[in-house]
Amino acid sequence: MTEPTPPRRVVVRREPPRRPAAARAGSRDIDEQTARGVTYIRSLMRTQLRLGLAVLAIVLVPLALMPIGFALVPGFGRLSLGPVPVPWLLLGVVVYPVFVLVGWRYVRQAERNEAEFERIVTRQ
Amino acid sequence: MSSTTDPVLALAAIVVTVLATVAIGAFGNRRARSSSDFYVASRSVSPGMNASAIGGEYLSAASFLGIAGLVLAFGVDMLWYPVGYTVGYLLLLVLVAAPLRRSGAYTIPDFAQGRLQSTQVRAAATVLVVIIGWLYLIPQMQGAGLTLGTVVGTPTWVGVVVVGVVVLAAVVGGGMRSITLVQAFQYWLKLFAIAVPVFFLIAAWRADGSPDVLSDTPPEFGERTTVTLSTAVTMQVAEPVQVRVDGTIDGRSVDGPRLLATGEYLVAADTTLVFPAGAEVPGVDAVPALTGDEWGHPLSGGQSQPLYRTYSLMIALFFGTMGLPHVLVRFYTNPDGRAARRTALTVLGLVGIFYLAPPVYGALGRLYAPELLLTGRADAVVLALPTAMVGGAGGQLLGALVAAGAFAAFLSTSSGLVVSVAGVLAQDVLGKRHASPRRAFQLAAALAVLVPMLLTLASQRLGVASMVGLAFAVAASSFCPLLLLGIWWPRLTAPGAIAGLLAGGGSAAAAVLATILLGPTEGWLGALLAQPAAWSMPLAFVTMVVVSRMTTRAMPSGVQRIMVRLHTPESLGLDRGARLTGRGGPRQ
Repeated sequence: MTEPTPPRRVVVRREPPRRPAAARAGSRDIDEQTARGVTYIRSLMRTQLRLGLAVLAIVLVPLALMPIGFALVPGFGRLSLGPVPVPWLLLGVVVYPVFVLVGWRYVRQAERNEAEFERIVTRQ
Repeated sequence: MSSTTDPVLALAAIVVTVLATVAIGAFGNRRARSSSDFYVASRSVSPGMNASAIGGEYLSAASFLGIAGLVLAFGVDMLWYPVGYTVGYLLLLVLVAAPLRRSGAYTIPDFAQGRLQSTQVRAAATVLVVIIGWLYLIPQMQGAGLTLGTVVGTPTWVGVVVVGVVVLAAVVGGGMRSITLVQAFQYWLKLFAIAVPVFFLIAAWRADGSPDVLSDTPPEFGERTTVTLSTAVTMQVAEPVQVRVDGTIDGRSVDGPRLLATGEYLVAADTTLVFPAGAEVPGVDAVPALTGDEWGHPLSGGQSQPLYRTYSLMIALFFGTMGLPHVLVRFYTNPDGRAARRTALTVLGLVGIFYLAPPVYGALGRLYAPELLLTGRADAVVLALPTAMVGGAGGQLLGALVAAGAFAAFLSTSSGLVVSVAGVLAQDVLGKRHASPRRAFQLAAALAVLVPMLLTLASQRLGVASMVGLAFAVAASSFCPLLLLGIWWPRLTAPGAIAGLLAGGGSAAAAVLATILLGPTEGWLGALLAQPAAWSMPLAFVTMVVVSRMTTRAMPSGVQRIMVRLHTPESLGLDRGARLTGRGGPRQ
C-alpha cells in the first residue's frame, strides 16, 4: 500500500417510502411481474396513451386541415372579421387559449387515470 | 422613420440586462456545491419558478426577433412558427413530460442508455445533442450580432463575442441553479419588453389614421428614406422611380440622381440609395415585393411549394420541441411526474401570451419600417419600430427596452443550450480524462460556446427563425421518435433506435447542412432540403420500428420494470427499479 488510494465515490440512494401493509398485497403483482401485474401496467399505459392521442387529435386535426383548406377553398383564407382576416385571427390569437384549455383538461384526466390505477392496485 | 434609438441609452439597457444576469447568477453560485447542483439544481425548484425558467429559456432570438421579421417579409403563413413552437409544448405535455420525469434521466443520452441498455445508443444520442445544440446556438449569436449592430452600430462579430463571453461566465460560474433564477427573471423581462411597446405602437398607428396594411400595392416608403445595402442584391423595380445613388449599379459606379426604369438591377454592397416619399419598396431576390393583399392571405407569400413548406414546417416545429436538449433537462428539476405535467401546462400559457405580440410588429413594419425588406434586415423590425413610430423620449425608452429584451432572449436560450451541450460533453467526452467533474464541465462549456461562435462568424446569414427551424427539423427526426417509441413502445431495441437516429437525424442534418452551405435553392429540391422534416421524421419512425421488429432478441431484459418506472405515479411506492441514468448521472 505505497500509493495513496483515491477517495472512494459512494453512491447514496434513498429507499422508496414503505407502503402500508394493506396496500402491499395489491401491488405485489406488479413488483413480482406476474401476468396480472404486467396487465395492470399495460392497461395503464394504454389508457394514458389513448387519452394523449385523443387530446392531440382535437388540436392537430383542425390545425392540419387549415393549410389544405386555405389552398382548396380560397374563400376560406379570404374571410375576414371586421378589418382582420380570419387566418390572422385563428393563428395569431384563437389557438393559444384553446391550447391551454385542452392542456388543462388533459392534466386533469391524466391525474384521474392515475388515481383510478392507484385504487385498483391498492385494493384487497 | 429616420430616427433610431439613442445608442447610449440602448447600450445602457443591454449592460443592465447583462449585469442583472451575472448578479443573479452569482447569487445562485453561492449555493451551487455538488455537481448535481451544477447540472440540475438538485430538483429544489418550485413549479411556478420552473415554468418561468422554461419559458425564459424557450423564447429565443427566433421568438423575440425572428417571428416578427418573417411575418414582415412573408406574411400570414409565418404565423405557423409561433403556433408550432406552442403546439410542441402541448405534445411534450401530453406524451412525454410525466414519463420523462419519472425516468429520472436528466439528459437524452441518459434516457437512451437507461431505456435501451446500450452504450452505442448513448453515443449516437450524444453526437445528436451536440449537433442540435450547436445548430440552435448559431441563430442566437446571429441575433445578438444583429441587435448590437442595429442599436449601437458595432460590426456583427462584436455582439456574437459579447453573448458568448457573458453566457460562458454565467454557466461556468453557477451551473443550472443560478441559471434557473436567471431564466425565470428573463422570461418576465422578455414578456414586458415585447408587450409594453405593442400598446404604444397600436396607439401611434391609430393616431396616424389607422392606415390599411392589406392594400393591393407593395409597401411604400412613408417619407424620403436613405437605404444602405450591406450585401449585394438583385433589385426588382416594378414602377419607375427617381432615386439618388452613391455606389455601384449593374457594375457601373453612380453618384447622383438616377431614374430606375422597370426591370432588374444588380446593386453592389455598400451602395446607398435615397428613395422619395411614396415610392414603392422594390423586391429583392430573398424577399419578393408582395402586395398587402398577397402578404395578408395564406399561401401567397412568394415561396415555391408553399403548401409542402407549410406542412413540413408544422411537423418540424410540432415534433421538434420535445427533442431540444435544453428543454428536456428542465423537466428533471420537477419533484415528480405530476409536477412535470403541471409545469408543462403553465409553460403553454406563458409561451402563448408572449406570442400574441410579434405578429403586431411584423404587420406594422409593413407601414413604418419597409426599408428593412430591402436591406435584408427584416429581423430587426422589433428593434426599429418603437423609435420609428413613437417620437421623442418615449420612443427612445421603448427602443432601449426592446433591445434589452432581445439581449435577454439570446442570453437565456444560449445559456440553457450551453449547459446542456456542456453537460453531455463533460460526461461523455471529457469526463474520463478529468478527475474533477467541475473542471470537466468548465472545459466543456468553453467548447460548447466557442464552436458555434466560430460557425456563426464563418457562415453566411440565413434568417434567424429559418435557422432555428432547421434545428427543430433535426430534433423532430431523431429524438422525437426515440422518446415517443422509448416511452410508449416496449419493443423498441437498441439496433432499431440507432438505425432510426442515423436515418432520420442523419438525413435531416445533411439537408440542413446543404441549405446552410449552398443557401436557399428554388423549386422542389430547395423545398425538400430547406424543410426536411416532412420526409425525415417519418423515415426515422419507420426505420426504428422495422429494425426493432427484426431484432426482437435485442430487447432489453428489464423493460417491464422500466415501463413501471415511466408510467406509474411515484407515490405508489412500487418497485420502480433504478432511475435511467446510464453510466453518468449527477455524482454526489
